[in-house]
Amino acid sequence: MITARFIRLMEGRGLLFLAIVAAVGVLIPACNLLIPPGSPLHISTGTMVLIGKYLCYAMFAIALDLVWGYCGILSLGHGAFFALGGYAMGMYLMRQIGSRGVYGNPILPDFMVFLNYKELPITWWGFQHFPYAMLMVLLVPGLLAFVFGWLAFRSRVTGVYLSIITQAMTYALWLSFFRNDMGFGGNNGLTDFKDILGFNVQAQGTRAGLFVATCVALILTFVIARLIVASTYGKVLVSIRDAESRTRFLGYRVEHHKLLVWVVSAMMAGVAGALYVPQVGIINPSEFHPANSIEAVVWVAIGGRGTLVGAALGAVVVNYLKTIFTSGWLAAYWLFALGGLFVLVTLAMPKGLIGVWEDVRSRLKSRKAVADSKAASGQAPT
Amino acid sequence: MRPAPLLRTLALLVVMCLGAVGPAFAQGLDAGLERFKADSFGDTEAGIAAVAASAAPQGVAILEALADRRLFAGPAGVFYRDKAGQGFDARTGQPATVPADAGMVRLNNRLRNAVQAALGSMTLLSPDPAQRFRAAEAVFRSRDASALATIEAALPKETVPRVRRAFEEARAAIILSTPDAPEAGRIAAAQRIAEAGDSDAISLLRQFSGQTSGGLKAVIDQGIATIEQAQRIRAWAQTLWFGISLGSVLLLAAIGLAITFGVMGVINMAHGEMVMIGAYVTFVVQELFRAHAPHLLDWSLPLAIPLAFATAGLVGVAIERGVIRFLYGRPLETLLATFGISLVLQQAIRTWFGPTNREVSAPSYMAGSFEFIGLQITYGRLWIVLFTLCVFALLLLILKATPLGLQMRAVTQNRRMASAMGIRTRFVDAMTFGLGSGIAGIAGVALSQIDNVSPNLGQSYIIDSFMVVVFGGVGNLWGTLVAAFTLGIANKMLEPFAGAVLGKIIILVLLILFIQKRPRGLFALKGRAIEQ
Repeated sequence: MITARFIRLMEGRGLLFLAIVAAVGVLIPACNLLIPPGSPLHISTGTMVLIGKYLCYAMFAIALDLVWGYCGILSLGHGAFFALGGYAMGMYLMRQIGSRGVYGNPILPDFMVFLNYKELPITWWGFQHFPYAMLMVLLVPGLLAFVFGWLAFRSRVTGVYLSIITQAMTYALWLSFFRNDMGFGGNNGLTDFKDILGFNVQAQGTRAGLFVATCVALILTFVIARLIVASTYGKVLVSIRDAESRTRFLGYRVEHHKLLVWVVSAMMAGVAGALYVPQVGIINPSEFHPANSIEAVVWVAIGGRGTLVGAALGAVVVNYLKTIFTSGWLAAYWLFALGGLFVLVTLAMPKGLIGVWEDVRSRLKSRKAVADSKAASGQAPT
Repeated sequence: MRPAPLLRTLALLVVMCLGAVGPAFAQGLDAGLERFKADSFGDTEAGIAAVAASAAPQGVAILEALADRRLFAGPAGVFYRDKAGQGFDARTGQPATVPADAGMVRLNNRLRNAVQAALGSMTLLSPDPAQRFRAAEAVFRSRDASALATIEAALPKETVPRVRRAFEEARAAIILSTPDAPEAGRIAAAQRIAEAGDSDAISLLRQFSGQTSGGLKAVIDQGIATIEQAQRIRAWAQTLWFGISLGSVLLLAAIGLAITFGVMGVINMAHGEMVMIGAYVTFVVQELFRAHAPHLLDWSLPLAIPLAFATAGLVGVAIERGVIRFLYGRPLETLLATFGISLVLQQAIRTWFGPTNREVSAPSYMAGSFEFIGLQITYGRLWIVLFTLCVFALLLLILKATPLGLQMRAVTQNRRMASAMGIRTRFVDAMTFGLGSGIAGIAGVALSQIDNVSPNLGQSYIIDSFMVVVFGGVGNLWGTLVAAFTLGIANKMLEPFAGAVLGKIIILVLLILFIQKRPRGLFALKGRAIEQ
């Protein structure tokens, strides 16, 4: 009963997506750990980490699609939430280094010793505890989103204006995190991580574990997002997207609805960032750069906004292309390709890859229907 | 107490007395030079006084040589070398070889002081006003009492106002620092120094504020307060100027966007790249001039302005015709597409010109600076402020006084109605976008003077430009002007307290909060057409 309802909620392509993620989450670590190197089925740790990175981006893209695709809030500053989650995780990992740093200080991270900090800033308290750090991964982006959204939605800042101030927000954070005085490592950010929950971050097993955790988180993110958009609440969100004033006149508190989905989305982005950091091994202020946020918007646009699966697909496809393009002789053309994709997608395929696929499928279906009817009519005389 | 000041004063009095008797110069010099030959400190001292008294043209050179151990005396006469090592005969001042048997004239500390004092008073009497001015300033700082007599003698004859003021200030400084001078004289001196009003004056007054009492102290303290007040005002004015300067840069960068975004409502993320194109056009024009007509290099910048306008304008029209016209009414998609275009343009420039900074040199009329009521103003910045205001006025004129401007405004306010009245809205769209882009290109010409010409040039202005336009109120040129200068001045005012980066962050946060309060900017347009 519940299962049937769940299947209906996930839609066909949602189930396919979940199945693929689950399969990837089982098979890739298995191919990495169980099959010996040299075998054609072996997947190197590097590849696994790379795919893990894509999956974090996919999670981020789903979070963005939730606000943009379903509620019409184009955030050009979502990278800020991703980076804040990443920083919260990075702070936990920094505290785990303990006295193994270059300066051997058991409490202060290296960069603080270097900058002559005498004691741990209050912002860093408690980050040696994993549960606290995880709480912060959710709370810090959530709180920022809450304050920002509360101000913005209440005063009905919408559309392009909202996009521009979200961009200003991440720009301001970008500038702030570059400052050494902020106490987050300045320009260099946080890196040289050693342990996570007592396991060596560099070890193959830990990396496989992180990969599985990413897959689980991605599945959860997708399911939550899907449950949100399939609920009555989700219908209200879509109506806000399509006709905000009308929804307000119908008696809905538009700003409350927007605020909730905005905060949830920010938290999802934070989790994505938190899983991203231990896999890539560094977090620095460049993650806040406005261009990163815009790039994420493009993943969603390319995959197909308002589809969730499309957002994840777009993130993986674009980043895979990026990996191909930025290594080797194609490197000089990556920005041409990316920029071209922006223009092409907005002009030629406004519904993204998913939209193209649906078009092709419906056309095939109608052609098949025509052929069937033709065949049927052809058969009739005989 | 050392006897030196007294001796020096005497020597200077001798100088003054002799100063009245012209024909005795040559004899005085010869007699003085004779005494250097003796190579005894006492004789050398008398020699210094005599050389100083002779006022011979080469006297300064002789004494400087003496101080630098470049003066040689021997049976054949007295010789000195200049800093380059060229020898001169001290008697005539003509080039000569220094004979081998001439020995260096030695000095001790007392004599060195005597040489410096003599040099000081000689330069105070120098025929060159610049040298007199420098000498007076040196006396002001050293407050050497022995120079007082010279200054008082020189003052009535001084005709150059600037030097005269310096003399008066130097005299006042000496009188103020003489404890046994009459009180009234010292009070007058303190007032005179307070009038000078610069940082040297205030440090001098501060120094004496603690050492004096009664009426004099009151005058000194009041003088300090006056100067501090003046300095505060000057600091404010300086901040204001820096703010206006930054504001004009912001305005220049944002003014094109005020057309494309403000008037047309197109979110043009490639706006920064139009600025960049303008800067690169400037670079190319300058390189062409350098290669083919180096003597006309100063003209490259004025010539680059129309070319930058044309190039950026054409690129703008191409973008409008090629991409943006399909996306009217879909602002978020426009944003993405134009961001893609900006990436492509950046990469194109990077491919053609390389990723490194290109240098655009300043023409001669933009180099240097001048002082205006105590403010240092560089010509480059002044030109940019003036240029910005010209561009703004021109744009305003185009919008308000030309048929194209009228049509632009009509299309902005009500596209369908404008179309019904026979306006070719598509053509107007392209022209408007071209105009905005062209103006951005012109901004690039000016910004190439103060920023690095690199593929990233545009990116550093795009967010600021959007902030300016949104802050000022979309669709309102005057709002853009006010917003740019407000942001520029506010930024510079925060800088002393918060530092450059934190100041910028504070401004951004304030802007975000401001937009909550007034989502449509400072000067919002009113009317139904503007909604949605």
